[in-house]
Amino acid sequence: MAAPRTLYDKLWDSHVAHSDGAGNCLVYIDLHLTHEVTTPQAFEGLRAAGRKMHRTDKTIAVPDHNVPTTPDRLETIKDPESRLQLEMLESNARDFGVPYIPMSDIRQGIVHIIGPELGMTQPGKTIVCGDSHTATHGAFGALAFGIGTSDVEHVLATQTLQMQKSKNLRVQVDGALPTGVTGKDLILAIIGRLGTAGGTGHVVEYVGQVFRDLSMEARMTVCNMTIEAGARAGLMAPDDKTFAYMMGKPHAPKAAQWEQAVAYWKTLKSDDGAKFDKEIRMNAADIVPHVTWGTSPEDVLPITAKVPNPDDMSDANKRVSAKRSLEYMGLIPGTPLEQVKVDKVFVGSCTNGRIEDLRAVAAILKGKKIASHVGMLVVPGSGLVKHQAEEEGLDKIFVAAGAEWREPGCSMCLGMNPDILQPGERCASTSNRNFEGRQGRGGRTHLLSPGMAAAAAITGHLTDVRKVM
Amino acid sequence: MEKFVHLKAIAAPLLRVNIDTDVIIPSREMKGVSKTGLSVGMFANWRYTDVPARISNPEFVLNRAPYDKAHILLSGDNFGCGSSREHAVWAMKEWGFRAVIAPSFGAIYYGNCVRNGILPVVLPDEAVRAIAAWVEASPAANQVEIDLPSQKVHAAGVAYAFSIGESDKDMLLEGLDPIGVTLKRDPAIQAFEAKDRMQRPWVYI
Ligand code: SF4
Repeated sequence: MAAPRTLYDKLWDSHVAHSDGAGNCLVYIDLHLTHEVTTPQAFEGLRAAGRKMHRTDKTIAVPDHNVPTTPDRLETIKDPESRLQLEMLESNARDFGVPYIPMSDIRQGIVHIIGPELGMTQPGKTIVCGDSHTATHGAFGALAFGIGTSDVEHVLATQTLQMQKSKNLRVQVDGALPTGVTGKDLILAIIGRLGTAGGTGHVVEYVGQVFRDLSMEARMTVCNMTIEAGARAGLMAPDDKTFAYMMGKPHAPKAAQWEQAVAYWKTLKSDDGAKFDKEIRMNAADIVPHVTWGTSPEDVLPITAKVPNPDDMSDANKRVSAKRSLEYMGLIPGTPLEQVKVDKVFVGSCTNGRIEDLRAVAAILKGKKIASHVGMLVVPGSGLVKHQAEEEGLDKIFVAAGAEWREPGCSMCLGMNPDILQPGERCASTSNRNFEGRQGRGGRTHLLSPGMAAAAAITGHLTDVRKVM
Repeated sequence: MEKFVHLKAIAAPLLRVNIDTDVIIPSREMKGVSKTGLSVGMFANWRYTDVPARISNPEFVLNRAPYDKAHILLSGDNFGCGSSREHAVWAMKEWGFRAVIAPSFGAIYYGNCVRNGILPVVLPDEAVRAIAAWVEASPAANQVEIDLPSQKVHAAGVAYAFSIGESDKDMLLEGLDPIGVTLKRDPAIQAFEAKDRMQRPWVYI
C-alpha cells in the first residue's frame, strides 16, 4: 500500500511535470492571476527574448493595486504613473491574448477576491500570482502561492515553475470560537504563536473543527494571512461547504464534469497517518479578539491586553525590534490597548473585503455614528461584492454612520493609490500588514477584524467588539 | 543573468529582524514599469529624512562612507519577508548589492535574489553579528569575502560555511536563464498536459 500522504503531498504529486530525481521539479500551474504592478517587466521580458506565452487560457488579468476607489476613476486617473501601469496591463493583455477584466466591469476587483467569485479558484488547482497573498486560494484546497516577477515571466512562457518541495506543517485548532471572535482573530492568534518566520519553508494545513465551522469567506481570511507566518501556502481540505460555494459560479465545472470534479475534489484531504514535519495545536475557546500593536503581524495581542514593555522580553532581537516598533507606532508600554485612539478606519482588502466582512461591519454600525474625529473608508473587494452589499442596503448603513463607501480595489491596504495615511496617522485596519509605511509614509496600522474595525470607528479608539455587539 | 562566483567587498550592517520588502522599497517607489530606476527608492523611508525631497538621512548606514560603497548587506532574521515585489531585489541590485547575509530570508525574496544574480547567504545569527562587529571595527579594510563554489564566507579570520540548494547554486554560478532551461523540457510539459487533460478535463475549459 502507498504511504499515507498529506493534502499538500497530493497537490504536489499531481502537478509535477518533470523531476530531475534530485528534488528539482517543474510544477505545472493551473491558474495564473495577474495584475498591473508585478507584470509589466515580465511581459517586457517575453518581448525582449522573442518568446510567446505557453498558453493564454489559464491566465487572467485584472487591475487592482493602483486603481483609485472614487467614482470619478472611470473618467480619468490623475496619477500618471498609476495610469501607465494600468494601461500597460491592458495593452499587454491585448497583445498576448490574455483575458482581461477592465475597471469598468462589475467583475473587477482585488485579484484574490475575484478568483473565487468567478469560480476560477478550484480545489486541486495550482494557483500563482505575483502577489504574496495568493495564499488566500488555499481555502479551497488549492495549492496557491505568491511569486516574484521573474517567476511570473517563467509561468507566462512555460506554464510551469522550477521548484523544490516544501515541508508540511499542521496547525490544529480544536473546539469552537467564542462569540465575537472571527477568522481574523484566529489567524492573528496563530501568527502570534508561530511568529512571522515560524512557517518558513513550510506549507501549512489547517485542521480541526473550527476551520470546518468557518464560512468560505472566513477560511479565505485565514489562508490569506498564512504568508504573514512566513509559510509558502496555507491549505484547507475542501468539503461540502466548498462545493456549495462553488456550484454555479461562472467558471466552475458544469453538469457531468461537475460530478466528476466533485468526486475528485473529495479525495483531496490528508490521509490518516500522513506525516507532518512540524505541528502546532491550539484551543479555539482560548482565543479572544486580537489586535496588532507593532510593525510586524507577529506583534499581536488580545484587545484586553496592554501595550507590551520591551524590557520584559527575554530575546534580545525581539527587545530591540519592539522598542523600535513602539517608537514608530507612538505607543507607551503599559497603555491598555483599548485606550489607543485612532484617526482612520479602513475596511477592505483581500483579507476582509468580502460580503460577510461588510455585513459584520454593518451589523455594528447600524443606527450608530462613527466618532467625529474618525475618517472611515469601506472598500468592497470587488464589483460583485459592491453590488451585493448595495442590494442588501449595507452601503446606506455605512454612509448614514458617516463612513465613505468606495469603488473596489486594494485601496488603503498598501498605500500605492490615492487612499493613503498621512505621517503619524493611526489606522484600525482590516488588512494584513502593519509594516512601517505600508499604508502611507509614517502611517501607523493596527490590524484587526471587521467587527473590531467598526467598534473602533464608533468609539474612536481600539475597542473590544464584544462590548458593542 | 549576471553570474555570482566570488566577491570581496565592503559589507554594511543593518541588523534588524523582519526587514520586509515594503521597507526595502515602499509601494509608492515602484510605480514604474521597468526594472531600472528603482534604486533611488530603496529603503526610502529610512534613507531620507524628507522622502519627497530626497533629503538624505546622515544617520542611515548606507548613507555613511564607506558603507555607501557596500556590495554586501548584513541583516537580521527573516530579511525580505512580506510582499512578493521583485522591485526590492531590482532596487538593491541597481544600488550595488550583490549579496545579503542573514540568519533567514522571506521565501519569495530569496528566490527573487537568485533569479537576479544576488547571492542570499544564510548564516546563524551569532555569525552575522560577529561579522558585523568585525566589519564595524574597520569597515573599509575589513572586507567580507564570499566564495560560492566552496560555499564559504571569509571574515574576521573565520571561514563560515553556508548551504544553498544545488539548482540555485548552479543558476548563480552559470548565470543561467531559467526560462531557457525550462523551454528545453517543453516535451515533458506537453506530455503532462495531455495526460492531465484526461484526468482533470474540467481544468482545461
Ligand atoms: S488588498 Fe492588499 S494584500 Fe491584497 S492584493 Fe491588494 S495590496 Fe495585496
